Amino acid sequence: MPLSSAEVEKVALLSRLLLGEEELRRMTAQLGDVVEYVRQLDELDTTAVEPMAHAAELSNVFAPDEVQPSLDRELALANAPKRDDECYRVPAVLGD
Amino acid sequence: MMADTAYEVIIGLEVHVQLQTQSKLFCRCSTRFGAPPNTQTCPVCIGLPGALPVMNEEAFRLALLTAVALECEIPSFTKWDRKNYYYPDLPKGYQISQFDLPMSCHGGLEISDAKGAFPDRRVRILRAHLEEDAGKSMHDEVAGKADSRIDLNRTGTPLLEIVTEPDMRSPQEAKGFLTELKLLLTYLGVSDCNMQEGSLRVDANVNLHVSTPGGVVATPIVEIKNMNSFRAVERALAYEAERQYQVWLETGRKKGDVPKQTRGWDDQAQVTRGQRHKEESSDYRYFPDPDLVPVRVTPAQIEEARQRLGELPAALRSRLQSDYGIDAYSADVLVNQGRLLVQYFEAVAQSTGDGKRASNWMQQDVMRSLNERSMVIGDFPVSAPALAELLSAVQRDEIDNTRAKDVFARMIDDRCSASDAMAALGIAKVDEAQTVELCREILRANPKAVADLKEGKQKAVGALIGQAKQRNANINPGRIKEIFLDLARSEQI
Repeated sequence: MPLSSAEVEKVALLSRLLLGEEELRRMTAQLGDVVEYVRQLDELDTTAVEPMAHAAELSNVFAPDEVQPSLDRELALANAPKRDDECYRVPAVLGD
Repeated sequence: MMADTAYEVIIGLEVHVQLQTQSKLFCRCSTRFGAPPNTQTCPVCIGLPGALPVMNEEAFRLALLTAVALECEIPSFTKWDRKNYYYPDLPKGYQISQFDLPMSCHGGLEISDAKGAFPDRRVRILRAHLEEDAGKSMHDEVAGKADSRIDLNRTGTPLLEIVTEPDMRSPQEAKGFLTELKLLLTYLGVSDCNMQEGSLRVDANVNLHVSTPGGVVATPIVEIKNMNSFRAVERALAYEAERQYQVWLETGRKKGDVPKQTRGWDDQAQVTRGQRHKEESSDYRYFPDPDLVPVRVTPAQIEEARQRLGELPAALRSRLQSDYGIDAYSADVLVNQGRLLVQYFEAVAQSTGDGKRASNWMQQDVMRSLNERSMVIGDFPVSAPALAELLSAVQRDEIDNTRAKDVFARMIDDRCSASDAMAALGIAKVDEAQTVELCREILRANPKAVADLKEGKQKAVGALIGQAKQRNANINPGRIKEIFLDLARSEQI
């Protein structure tokens, strides 16, 4: 197994996903397959290859600092599961 | 209570500065503070599918300017990373930030205190990188509901995160660093640094090096958040140092024994309180943002930024001392008031040729008047040439310093020139012969004082000057003292 179920559990927690026992087993296997697939890249010798930060060979794409209209608030809030006239509403944020 | 030398406080700071742009870091929504909730958002900053962020050119320019002013190394290549975590004020589920290739690193800022509250020190800057701000969550206490309300106007606002090395050794030094950093940013014009509006936010990392018979022991590092003023930073650090010392005495726990703790400063109770455990940095699962291309910076761009810096506070302080013969403390007070006030001072000092007098007047009269009127120098009714005219009159002995303050008050009230204010107050230069005659009269009427003066009891002259001032408010007390002493000595009464 390339991934342990503990590792998958941790990633699930960070992604705020609750997995049942059966789901955890299935995900551990499936995610493991993905990792195993990508791991094939390890077979390549990349010592002479310069690391790249982006797939496109572009850099310095900028926009001028000019304000443009924002979304209408009604539109912005339209998909919110819970809202009031001005804000999104979410279960209470505790602590900071 | 142990002696102060039982431990050394080790402080590092993380400062988030909002860069003064019109639009956000990766979209063109306005960054204006105080707009109605959720009226400054768009698909990019609220993370709707398919939206593409594009870097704000001005934000990068301001960040580069700051990094150069902080004497940072500017790598030729920098990129954007996603910092992944879930929080209701972070709509995309990640923050666009910079992880392993920040746009600047390894700089420093010199700090000193004109009154010697801490030794001169260079606080090293570990890195300064660009990132986007999150939104704001507000707990709805009025409605008494269990909901938080989320305003995403601030989401995507450009921030420069400046991280220092743990180089500060006292809460005073931390405050000194913040004051100097704020002044530098203000001189550069890159941020308004308004803490009330969240344009400048400070987190502090602090621990102690405790001296024990077995050697120096480091206590666990604590991160302090939620400090809303520089004074709060100073107090929170002082509180936290003492708290950590007590915990160390009780538990003997060392750095590494417990995970890094985050504590929040409670300004009302004046204590720090424990908060949630900080996630390990690997938990943020940083990876390069595929939506944004990297930035390449050329030596020519860095040089251009250097040219744009202008005269920065540290250089300005030493130049004011050497150009105008004022002391370090005065130079510090003037420079701390900002570039415009310094320009005003320089105009007065150059016009009168007397830097010390100009500096005293700036610190005592001009700054006090500005404070009393909650005014900035740009709006001050007395222009630099007008103040110079007044101080020149004092220099020429046309009026004394005390009387000049009356004239100054009149100049503010009437928004008029020094000569007009002097005329309005009936101040005219007193004729020397008249003054001598007045002195003779007073001496004749005060034989006891004359006898005292002859015996060298100079104290007697005070009462005589008082009488002379009553007779003619315009006379110069310095000159009149000389006349009294001369006359008494020569007995030409």
